[in-house]
Amino acid sequence: MKIAVLVKLVPDTEASLKIGEDRRYISKEDINFVLNPFDEYAVEEALLQKAKHGGSVTVISLGGDEAVKALRNSLAMGADDAVHLKTPGGLDMLGVARTLAAALKDKGYDLFFAGKQAVDDDCGAVGPMVATLLDIPHVSVVTKLEVETDKLIAEREFETGTEVYEVPLPALITTQKGLNEPRYASLKGIMMAKKKTIEEVDVEQITAKAETVGLAYPPMRPPGKIVGEGAEAVPELIRLLKEEAKVL
Amino acid sequence: MDILVYVEMRGGKIRPAGLEAVCSARKLADIGGGKLTAVLMGSNLENLTGKVEKYGADSILLIDNPDLDGYTPEGYREALTAAYEATGAKLVVMTATALGRDLAPAVAAKLDAALLPDCTSVEYSEGKLSVTRPVYAGRCIMTLTANSFPVVLSLQPKAFLVVEREAVSAEVSKLEVAVSDKIRARLIETRAQAGEKLDVTEADIIVAGGRGMKTEENFKLIEDLADKLGGAVGASRAVVDSEWRPHSEQVGQTGKVVSPTLYIAAGISGAIQHLAGMRSSKVIVAINKDPEAPIFKSSDYGIVGDAMEVLPALIEAVGE
Repeated sequence: MKIAVLVKLVPDTEASLKIGEDRRYISKEDINFVLNPFDEYAVEEALLQKAKHGGSVTVISLGGDEAVKALRNSLAMGADDAVHLKTPGGLDMLGVARTLAAALKDKGYDLFFAGKQAVDDDCGAVGPMVATLLDIPHVSVVTKLEVETDKLIAEREFETGTEVYEVPLPALITTQKGLNEPRYASLKGIMMAKKKTIEEVDVEQITAKAETVGLAYPPMRPPGKIVGEGAEAVPELIRLLKEEAKVL
Repeated sequence: MDILVYVEMRGGKIRPAGLEAVCSARKLADIGGGKLTAVLMGSNLENLTGKVEKYGADSILLIDNPDLDGYTPEGYREALTAAYEATGAKLVVMTATALGRDLAPAVAAKLDAALLPDCTSVEYSEGKLSVTRPVYAGRCIMTLTANSFPVVLSLQPKAFLVVEREAVSAEVSKLEVAVSDKIRARLIETRAQAGEKLDVTEADIIVAGGRGMKTEENFKLIEDLADKLGGAVGASRAVVDSEWRPHSEQVGQTGKVVSPTLYIAAGISGAIQHLAGMRSSKVIVAINKDPEAPIFKSSDYGIVGDAMEVLPALIEAVGE
């Protein structure tokens, strides 16, 4: 089974974010970048399916030189090959998806994985877009997966329940927390990842249809008040919620 | 600018977020001087048209097809694309629910359109669409514009008001779309959660618990208070990782971003990733033993105390 995983490098969720001077993007200084947490489930699932069905796992990422870190981390987890699509940035979601789809097309992949969203822009758009552009079926936000030789059964979360899909291969899956428990890279894996050659591909710039023009902090909340201590404070809290905040 | 709005349904019913989308699309149509067409998909759609009419659709397009009763990415994508082509709209509006977050990007890719996803505000002026959306789970707000049309836009649930219009009659028409042979990802089962449980993204009131609840069993108090208030149960990442609560209840980065009217956080210290996901709540109440807990800085009202003592008193007081 030939498997491709789409990965992205994002700021660590622990990082304290500062908006850059351009007021459009966050400042990259003093921030630790990591493999997108939802992509860890994607890489893990690809490795599990390879263990079961044989084949290979190729990880692919798009961006400037920093994208290499996401690829090395994935290789350290156990991926076989890595492809770096070199872009100077400035792509919108559809531009990213088109670039990825062009690189993935007609390469004989049976199965594609991507995280359900990147924890920076929170779009969750690239997976469904790439599947549409490749003209293959997809299921997003998957929490349970069974892959057979020519089809898969995937469970997807919605607000108040679960939907189960049966899908012929090739297909694309976006991974949600709960699907598996991503492994930590072993020391051996990290050493091997350092030695592996990452295939570099220069890609054409695609004109953005949607453009980020600003980034701001959310409005500050006014300082609140401590109503009191322990159960004794409950009547006063209820009064404030009813009379002052008018939410009860 | 003619607009097509997809009115989201589940289980044969229009969802609240679907009506929010109709109302927001109406506003944009008023500004842009265009026609608003609402599209409904599934079965037995005729008796739902009155409900859509009330919120300002000029015309209603029914795609009556049992293959569209349940959500399939390809079935819905093809049907919505056909509706887009039939109406000649330049803007497609939908919800940023679990369904819409899957459908919107697929439709955008199919139409070669600009995608403006998960919007919390939308402006249309001088022929240009500009939206805001939370990024980094709400720690920053991005402003995004579309450089060209067509545009596919999805709206965050609960971010837009539902306003009834004066009664107008919309022109209702039907569109036949054969989707059966387009659907490769087939829906074979739908499992709804037991009872009328609300999702955190849809609830007006959320009662959330964290590590300070001490045990899984103590979440009974959280559930009881949520029940009494007609709200939903939320959870911090720590308790989801401990498997005390399902991931569907997790609020924050790697969980869900919520904006209820009232958010009660019990035994949650207030990690930055959690605060990001709930800070746009209208009123926040924190209950925590530690007076120095960061959650108090983001709260409107705080009670310093053990959640296991405060919650029973709160449950009793709310019942009065």
